[in-house]
Amino acid sequence: MRRSVLILGLLLASCFSVALRLDHLLQIWAKDMPKKGSLMEVIMGDSRRLLGDYFFAKADIYFHSGYYISRFGGAKEHHEGSGHMAGATEEHEHEDHAGHTDHEEEEHAAPDAPKDWIEAFGRKFYPSEHTHLDEGGPNKHDAVQEILPWLKFSADLDPNRIETYTVSAYWLSQRLHKPKEAEAFLREGLGANPGNPSILFELSRIAASNDKDLDHAVNLLELALAKWKEQEGPKKEPNTFLLEQIYGNLAKLETERGKSEKAIEYLKQLKSLSPHPEAVEKQIEDLEQKKK
Amino acid sequence: MFSRINAIAGVTIKELYRRKDFYVIFVFTVLIALIFASINFFNDTNIVRYLKEITLLLIWIASLTIAISTAARQIPAEKESRTIFPLLAKPITRTEFLLGKFLGSWLACGIALLVLYGFLALLARTRDDSWHLLNYFQAASLHWVMLGIIVAFVIFGSLVFAAPSSNGTITFILAVGILLLGRHLNSVALGLSEPGRTIVYTIYYLIPHLEFFDLRDLLVHSWPLVAWGTWALAIVYAALYVAVFLTAASLVFRKKPLI
Repeated sequence: MRRSVLILGLLLASCFSVALRLDHLLQIWAKDMPKKGSLMEVIMGDSRRLLGDYFFAKADIYFHSGYYISRFGGAKEHHEGSGHMAGATEEHEHEDHAGHTDHEEEEHAAPDAPKDWIEAFGRKFYPSEHTHLDEGGPNKHDAVQEILPWLKFSADLDPNRIETYTVSAYWLSQRLHKPKEAEAFLREGLGANPGNPSILFELSRIAASNDKDLDHAVNLLELALAKWKEQEGPKKEPNTFLLEQIYGNLAKLETERGKSEKAIEYLKQLKSLSPHPEAVEKQIEDLEQKKK
Repeated sequence: MFSRINAIAGVTIKELYRRKDFYVIFVFTVLIALIFASINFFNDTNIVRYLKEITLLLIWIASLTIAISTAARQIPAEKESRTIFPLLAKPITRTEFLLGKFLGSWLACGIALLVLYGFLALLARTRDDSWHLLNYFQAASLHWVMLGIIVAFVIFGSLVFAAPSSNGTITFILAVGILLLGRHLNSVALGLSEPGRTIVYTIYYLIPHLEFFDLRDLLVHSWPLVAWGTWALAIVYAALYVAVFLTAASLVFRKKPLI
């Protein structure tokens, strides 16, 4: 009995000494370690990025009312990462600047034919028809707001995933008519990603379309342009699509403000990037004629 | 015969509400669901699908836990407490005893599901524009039928595996595995070379496809009802597997010494 008590005492003393030593070491390491942010970041580490991606994909599955083709399924299409939900924001831009969409053909692709009777029977118990929430989904009831929780979860887990903020802002402001919420969410994203040109671009879009504050929108776009040059310029493969959008919107807003000179300047920049330079050239000619 | 099976089943059902497991699981499910319900997403009060999905996931986990834990301890507990001897000394066959245990466990799962789906319907109705009662009925009934397959398998397992814990763990892993991967095994098989392809395809045809009974996605995303003929066929499919597992259990139990 006495021996056991002695062993227990020895173990407790050892634990105490090791704890003191570890605490000392931890304080030294903490100085060298990068500052950790939220509790979530500390607990989950980099795995939160994976979960962030998963929740973003989940939002896309919700956009298709539960319909998705798994990794085991056919290779015709998949909805992970940037699916149609994200594509919709890009389509919107294509429509604005080029007058057509690139996704139309693939959007209504059907799933592969069932391989056997089990698969054919099983398809009756889960969504196996391709629908879009913004077109009403399976019950023709517009419920696009249902994607929002997963986008919010995704942003909470991975605050550096820019697409989450821009896609959410698009749906909130353009489809759900909640520009204030969209702006607040974008500002949250801007806080986590200071000076991000994509977020600044979305903010300018809200300022122009919802607040009708063209001066503010132009200021934001000019800042986005400067940040694009700073952040994307040095990259091997910069995001030129975003640059096109920035120049395009700057030209549009400057035209609306009656500053044709500046608008023409931006359109000339856009022409060198656009896949449809002839359409941009036409806009330049129109503006020059109006000026005369 | 039916009165004897009912008597045994009645005892099993009483066990469910005497034990505290179900109450704890139910309170946890309600608490977690209410926490998720209290989150504000961009001041939109009509968002309901994420809530349905999370609550349904909790219900599925809860029901699997209840089904496996209830069924797994039935026969071992009777053996351990030696109450199986006076029970089988009465004019009751071993098959009737097994059927009673199966029916009791399955009905206990049904009662638990009724409460859990009732809570889900109430919670969803606070944000949804209609009750969708038939959709809930289809989802809950197929869920219950699926639990029948699991209960039958667990009862068979309790005669084959050494302890209730191993039986429960194996069943849980198999059930979750089938639910997640069952419907993709054919695609996996096609990507393999022989003999792997034949082996995986054989497994694909042999296993009970529990995913047939999982209507969560249809319920969450407000899809129309499954055709009633299809619903009935799924029940027949489940009944066949229940019969297979109970027959196997009966054959094992008849030859198995009680000590």
